[in-house]
This record gives sequence, structure tokens and C-alpha cells, in this order.
Amino acid sequence: MSLSTEDTPAAGGTRTVEIDSHTINFGPQHPAAHGVLRLILEMQGEVVERADPHIGLLHRGTEKLIEHKTYLQALPYFDRLDYVAPMAQEHCFALAVEKLLGIEAPIRAQYIRVLFAEISRVLNHILNITTYALDVGATTPSLWGFEQREVLLEFYDATSGSHYHANYFRAGGVLKDLPAGLTDRIAAWAEQFPKFVDDIERLLTGNRIFKQRTVDIGIMTAEEAMEWGFSGPCIRASGCAWDLRRSQPYDVYDQLDFEIPVGSHGDCYERYLVRIAEMRESLKIIKQCLAQMPGGPVKIPDSKIVSPRRGEMKRSMEALIHHFKLYSEGYHVPAGSTYTAVEAPKGEFGVYLVADGTNRPYRCKIRAPGFAHLQAMEKLSKGHMLADAVSVIGSLDIVFGEIDR
Amino acid sequence: MADQTAIETAEAPRAPTANEALLAAVLGAIPEGAVLGSQVARGAEVEIRVRREALHAVLQMLRDDPRFAFQQCMDICGVDWPGRPERFEVVYNLLSMTHNHRIRVITTTDEATPVPTVVDLWPSATWFEREAWDMYGIVFEGQTDLRRILTDYGFEGHPLRKDFPLTGFVEVRYDPERQAVVYEPVKLTQDFRNFDFLSPWEGMTTLPGDEKVHLNRIGRE
Repeated sequence: MSLSTEDTPAAGGTRTVEIDSHTINFGPQHPAAHGVLRLILEMQGEVVERADPHIGLLHRGTEKLIEHKTYLQALPYFDRLDYVAPMAQEHCFALAVEKLLGIEAPIRAQYIRVLFAEISRVLNHILNITTYALDVGATTPSLWGFEQREVLLEFYDATSGSHYHANYFRAGGVLKDLPAGLTDRIAAWAEQFPKFVDDIERLLTGNRIFKQRTVDIGIMTAEEAMEWGFSGPCIRASGCAWDLRRSQPYDVYDQLDFEIPVGSHGDCYERYLVRIAEMRESLKIIKQCLAQMPGGPVKIPDSKIVSPRRGEMKRSMEALIHHFKLYSEGYHVPAGSTYTAVEAPKGEFGVYLVADGTNRPYRCKIRAPGFAHLQAMEKLSKGHMLADAVSVIGSLDIVFGEIDR
Repeated sequence: MADQTAIETAEAPRAPTANEALLAAVLGAIPEGAVLGSQVARGAEVEIRVRREALHAVLQMLRDDPRFAFQQCMDICGVDWPGRPERFEVVYNLLSMTHNHRIRVITTTDEATPVPTVVDLWPSATWFEREAWDMYGIVFEGQTDLRRILTDYGFEGHPLRKDFPLTGFVEVRYDPERQAVVYEPVKLTQDFRNFDFLSPWEGMTTLPGDEKVHLNRIGRE
């Protein structure tokens, strides 16, 4: 900051102070940057003039690595994109490979995938809302939220054996069936969850400080949101009733009953409200999945694509060979390309997958919703105060695993 | 990946699906000669290949024509095919929220030839084009902000090209003596194991020790 002051105070004791614009580094090590965001802010005093996000600090070359892995080995990379809601990404890749293979998962597997996609959505929204509240000054929600998240992560653990990096969905179904008793535990959790959402709302929705920090901050009109490539809660807060689960349904979403919460104003506060409402809708879907889920297989019966059961391997030579071939060579996917998108918790998560007939993807472009959202950072924060930039980042739901890939 | 037209008229006449109707309408609206190929992949995804020179006009038409109304450019990415005369494909995945349909527009380019930018049509294109530049070295004409985006400051090369090794060329570490992060050439204690799973019965034409037979066969052909 440079302050140039006139040496002689003007008559009346006032003096002119010129404040040049100056640049500050926000992050990459800043708790409110939600990971490794380096934001170059050009300030005019306390007001943001320009915001230039520098991303890529968490770039791990996922797309390049996937080109060197079989389809089965590529799947775990999707857990590590948006690590707040891992299974939502897996869902997208599994669907993309299924499209190219021309197969469809059995109905029970589809219910399980939707069930866990919605659990992932709740996981994501809990983390976003509570850390967002932390950014603007409220500590309690994050303490309460993590308690709920832990319960949900235990469901992840029970079914896949891993807290975060589940590696559970497969092209052609899911890895294995739900363990005994898990549906009851999920149902018991679902009973108490609305109270948690009510508690969070009581802390935040009417909170004067929270509203002062978020209402009318970072407004995006519907037209702007469209041309900036917004999706998910961010575009719904701007008033577009757009949800891929409804408009381009995949798996069993077309048989489930849920509402799509829509805002009208498109500011930070409404993005928060949409997420709160979405948690309640996700809960509806979870309950329906538990009630409607039929029995039956969780994988397609094609042993050229899905691995045989362990017990079978002990007795059948055929199964043993299949297992060996699947875990060394993997399966071959016919040449073709697909752009498959799912409604991930953050928005449209897409995979543009090009197969060349071999056992590895030729190209796997990952379209992360946060990438498009963060790009609009300058548009959203220009003319606001520095502290409001923090609100904007929080409301966009940024996770660098998926943005930097 | 050969261009093919998937609209088959051999069977008994049937009503075209929504995607086929979209493709027919799009092809009707594009001037002759601009489209190099089109298909409805697996009956679900509309894909057209356009000449680079016509790209901007086609995309603008797709955005502005109310029959198509592709308001959103969801993704732009490159694909590298080193064997082709123009090695890069640039793929635009567009979405229309009002009509609930998608289209994929593909054009081609090489290392030197720029592709017209679409940032004047969709502001979201900037980062996608920066990423394509960073990862493949595809140049976008008219893009004023063509900086690298995902790789490190001062990075050299374009990592997603097929001729860029998976391990890269340099690695970083903290040097306690110099008290700084230093870049060094990659040292591998073991070569990266990239197995070729094509079995001799399907993929390989020359078996080890069998080169003579193969050369004779080639000579005969």
C-alpha cells in the first residue's frame, strides 16, 4: 500500500490521502481459501478491484495417470477428486464406462448407488455449510456437523471398507452387497437427521451476523450463471430449476420422488439455503431407496467385466482365470467416446471418456463443477469488501481435489 | 473412431428420435462444407465435426438459434492423436438448459495452428482454453489470457501430450543446504513398468525371434 499525503494540511485541518490500488496474496495457506487457492486480489482500499485465482497447486495429473491405468484401476482416482463426496465422482465414471460397454447395472445396484450418491450429497453439504459458517464467524455448526459426517463415513466404511476413498462403484454394479444390518443403521440415522438440520438452521438461517455477511453478496443472475457454466446448487440459487437427476435422470432417479429447491436472487445466502433444502430432499431419497430397494444381484453376471466372487474362485478354475485376467489386463472397452454427467453435490460433474478399444482409456477429461464456479470469482467479488471475498469462496463450495485434478 | 453417420435408413421408416431430429436440424442450419462428419453415438449423444475455419460461426449459431439455444458451454478439452496429420482434437461439450439437450462439437488443429476462441460467446471458456493450452499446447486465437493454469510456475512442456512421459522431466524437493525448493531431472530407481497386455495372438505381429518371417510377409504384400 502506498500512501501519498500532501505535506501541508489544507486549511481547516483536512488533508487528502490518496490510496493506490495494491495487491494482496490470499492463500495458498489460508484457512478460508478452502484448500490451496492462491487468490491475487487487487484492492482499492478495502474494496476488491480484481480477483485472479491461481490454481493448480494440487495438480496431480489425474487425467494423465488414468490414461496409463486400466478402467478398473482408474476408478479410485475419482475418490481423490472431490474428496468431500467421493462416491458421487465414482458414479460418473462407472456410468461413463457402462455407456461405452453398453451394459446396465442391476436394479439393486442402481438403488445402492443412488443411496450412496445421496449420502455423499449430505456429506458434502454438511461440510460446506458448516465450514462456510466457520469462515464467516460461527464455530458451533462445524462441531455439530462433523459429528454427523462421522456417522455417514462409517456407512462408507461398513460397505466399502474405507472411510473416504471408497472405490466401491463398478462399471456394471457395485463391488459387493451391503453388509447385514447397514440399512437399519442408515434408517436410524435418517430418523434423527432432520433435527440436526433444524439445529443448524436455528443457528444460521435467521442469524443476524450470518445474514449480514451473506445476503446480497456475490449475486449471480440466471443469465450470468448460465454463461459462466454454473451448475448444481449455484445455478439453482440463481433461479434456474435445473437438476440432472430430474432432467437427464440416470440409474433409478426417475422412479424417486423429490423436489428441486430453487432460489431467486443468486446471492451467497441463497446458495446456503438451497443446500440446506437439498439435504432434506436427499434424506427423502435415502428413505425411499431404503424402502424400495429390491433384492437380487449387485453386479451384472458378465464375468468378462466384473470379478467373480471370492468363494467361487476357490472352487472354479474358470473363475480364477477370470479374476487373474481382470486384475492384470482388465477388460477392453469398445472404441467410442461419451460425455457423461451426473449431478454431483457441487454441480455437473462430467467425464469425457474416449476409448480406443484397448484396456485403458485413451482420454479421460474430467469436468469439475468447481472449476467453472471458481472462474467466476472475479465477477462475483468485484466491488465487494475483502471479507466478502471469503463469503463468496465459501458459498461456491470449492474443493481443490476436483479443480486441480 | 472413423466418422460415421449413425442415422440408418435401411430399416422400416420410423420416427426419428429427439437426438436424430436435433442432429438433422443442426446439419440443416450449418452452411454446406463446414461439417466433416456427424453421428448420434449410441443413439444418445449428438456429435458433429466441423472445419476449424467454420467453428466460431457454428458455435455462435448453436448458441443464438432459438431452436438449439446452447446457453452453456460445459467443457472444452483437447485430445491428442499423434498419428494424425492434425494431431489435436478440440472438443466442445455444449448444453441447452431450455431444450434439455447436449451436443458435442469437435474440430482439429496442430501445434502451430490457432483455433478461434469462443470466449466472446461464453465467458466460461477462458479457463477451459487456458487448460487446453497448458495441457496440450493448443493455441486459441483472440484469447487474451492464455496463461498456464494447472502446471507449476515456469513449467515447460505440455503434459497431456502422448509423447510427454508419465513421470515428467523434473522433480522438486526441498534442499536443506540451500534452504530452497530445487528442481532436478527425474531419477528413477526402477523404470516405469508399462505392461503391454496385448497377447501375441491378437495384437503383436512380430513375435520375438520371428522377425524374419514377418519381414518376408511384409515383403510379399
